[in-house]
Amino acid sequence: MTGLPQSSATIAAGLASGRYPAGGLAFPHRDLTGIGQLARHEILFLLDEAEQWVALNRQPQKGADLLSGLTIINAFFENSTRTLLSFEIAGKRLGADVVNMHAATSSVKKGETLIDTAMTLNAMRADAIVIRHASSGAVRLIAEKVDCPVLNAGDGQHEHPTQALLDALTIRHALGLPPQSDLNGVRVTICGDLLHSRVARSNMLALTALGADVNVCAPPALMPAGIEAMGVTPFTDFNAALKGAQVVMMLRLQQERMEGQFIPSPREYRHLYGLTLDRLARAEPDALIMHPGPMNRGIEIDSQVADHASRSLITRQVESGVAIRMACLDVLTRRARGVPGWADLPEIKAGSAP
Amino acid sequence: MIAHPLTIIGGRLALPHGAPLPGAIRCENGLIAALGDIAPEDGDEVIDARGALVAPGLVDFGVFAIDKPAFHFGGITRAALMPDQAPPLDHPARVRFAAQSGKPDMWVHPLAAATRGLEGRELAELALMREAGARAAATGRDWLGDSGVMLRLMQYCAMLGLVVVSHAEDAGIAGNAVATAGEMATRLGLPAAPAEAEALAVARDLALAELTGARLHLRQVTTASALDLVRRAKASGIQVTAGVTPAHFMLSDLELADFRTFCRLSPPLRSDADRQAVVGAIADGTIDVIASGHDPRGPEDKRLPFADAEPGMAGAETLLPLTLTLVRDGHIDMARAFALLARNPAMLLGVNAGRLVVGAEADIALVEPTRPWIVDRARMAATAGNTPFDRRPVEGRVVGLFKGGSRVA
Repeated sequence: MTGLPQSSATIAAGLASGRYPAGGLAFPHRDLTGIGQLARHEILFLLDEAEQWVALNRQPQKGADLLSGLTIINAFFENSTRTLLSFEIAGKRLGADVVNMHAATSSVKKGETLIDTAMTLNAMRADAIVIRHASSGAVRLIAEKVDCPVLNAGDGQHEHPTQALLDALTIRHALGLPPQSDLNGVRVTICGDLLHSRVARSNMLALTALGADVNVCAPPALMPAGIEAMGVTPFTDFNAALKGAQVVMMLRLQQERMEGQFIPSPREYRHLYGLTLDRLARAEPDALIMHPGPMNRGIEIDSQVADHASRSLITRQVESGVAIRMACLDVLTRRARGVPGWADLPEIKAGSAP
Repeated sequence: MIAHPLTIIGGRLALPHGAPLPGAIRCENGLIAALGDIAPEDGDEVIDARGALVAPGLVDFGVFAIDKPAFHFGGITRAALMPDQAPPLDHPARVRFAAQSGKPDMWVHPLAAATRGLEGRELAELALMREAGARAAATGRDWLGDSGVMLRLMQYCAMLGLVVVSHAEDAGIAGNAVATAGEMATRLGLPAAPAEAEALAVARDLALAELTGARLHLRQVTTASALDLVRRAKASGIQVTAGVTPAHFMLSDLELADFRTFCRLSPPLRSDADRQAVVGAIADGTIDVIASGHDPRGPEDKRLPFADAEPGMAGAETLLPLTLTLVRDGHIDMARAFALLARNPAMLLGVNAGRLVVGAEADIALVEPTRPWIVDRARMAATAGNTPFDRRPVEGRVVGLFKGGSRVA
């Protein structure tokens, strides 16, 4: 790992917080439906598990056979390119048989209910199901009905947990923080369509759990009510929100999710909330730039910013994504694979009280 | 079907005023013939209430389905049927059919669709539907958004003497919301609208009620700000009544955690501050009616992601016990509980029922008000078990039910 030197106090704090229980107790959940279900040490555990896969993915020979013989179904009820590809690559690098189901070509179009589809997938004896769906809570609903681990690849406007994990891992690497560190005191500004963004929700939960100071910024119509209860500081003035930011995370303007007019025009949105080089100067001098993709270049983010050689982390986010998803698939299938220390421990299923 | 005379002895009579009094009640020709310190006459069928509360049969103002087993379980002898049927109750023949559909043991009082197809554009044939048995005109599940149509509706209903039943939720603000804006909706990522959508709609309806002199019934008022508007309107003499269902005085939006679709209601569950305001408004008389909003929904409507599920709850069986929690907690007395559940809705419908007085219809429920039981969605009498109160221990059970002096349960 390369990066900036950090104070010994930060390292000490990170190590102290990085302790987690042994074996399966480190991650007792059967499913990954959201960051909201995770404790801080569980988030750190997944980040730390991903470190080995970051290293492996940089080798020419990337194969592992941990999940050999297992079937992973990527059930995507909503269009996706990068997340689907990322999960598919993650599963294949671990040696699993990966099958993709696209809603556009499935019986969902013929009126089959979500539960019926889930029961069908379950009957095919998948070892893990990765789900993306346009409705908040849909993944959890499926998780309650099937017998294998379920991973949320984005449900409506609710959560996108692997995105938040990969963002946290990317920040940790970019700041040169060692494994087991949390993000204590790191100042992050998230700006954009907070109302419609599951990425923002998961990131707010993950970053605040890891100790970061999070500013969030959106025009009033795209600012969810009561957001300060999530431990973040809301702004409508982007310039003010950027002050002191070490990391600036831009969100996609999700015009396809908007029912009714939330902003007068993309041009006006860019005027107030677009991340330009000029505006970036209001953040910390070396502030890092993130975006979950796909970007609306020239609306929420200018190309000079998105393509900034030293400060843009956007492609590194994609790289971390594969490692994080490998870690999640590995960890969630450990019980089924009979990994010592995991197989004999009870698991917490989504929907059951911990 | 006229039953032969009947006297219920050994009960405590839930009279319109004061605490329940020990006494008997005698029914003849379907009406209450005498009550109080009386004895059965020769030839009467005699029923011993064994100390149970002898209460008026509940009049449930605003149900979406006729579900007789659930109504009988809940002590409901009359229900006002919302016009949101398939097809809607916007034609005299459908109203006439609906009005007959429950007899003899359960009387259905159809609410006429205020507009054709409940589309909110053209007035329906309200006078003809009144002749066919409609007791009021209702906007249905949705807000009547066009204020011009609402004005003409209220003018017309003022002339006909029909109560206008409104669903007060500004659709422009509510949009596709399924929750009240706030921390819960934000955490769950659910489409949400501010609670003020209700106050805004209530304010308009009150202004039009004042303008036209129509009698306005707001079927569900669930927020502090809207209740304040109703309170002030009543003080200024506007003919307005307000209703609510137990969900909005028992539950808040905290229940949405885990995306429980049985808590997907319309209007959505509110903040706990609003819930407390509803309890206060029941206690101070701002709210006149507690209804079940009975809307049984099977898994095809409810076993879906939260925002995709249909709103509504099966409420008939829990209406009485949940209202009795307000008595137990000291917010209201027993007489007021039955005013909310029977007397006031009967008055709105203009029917001679809902209270224990000589000459009223002998619709009587025998209630053991402290008998404990546990709500179980899997064992409900309703056609579906979509109750947000599943597994909740409650008190109060109907042990006998009489419609027009005949035993029906």
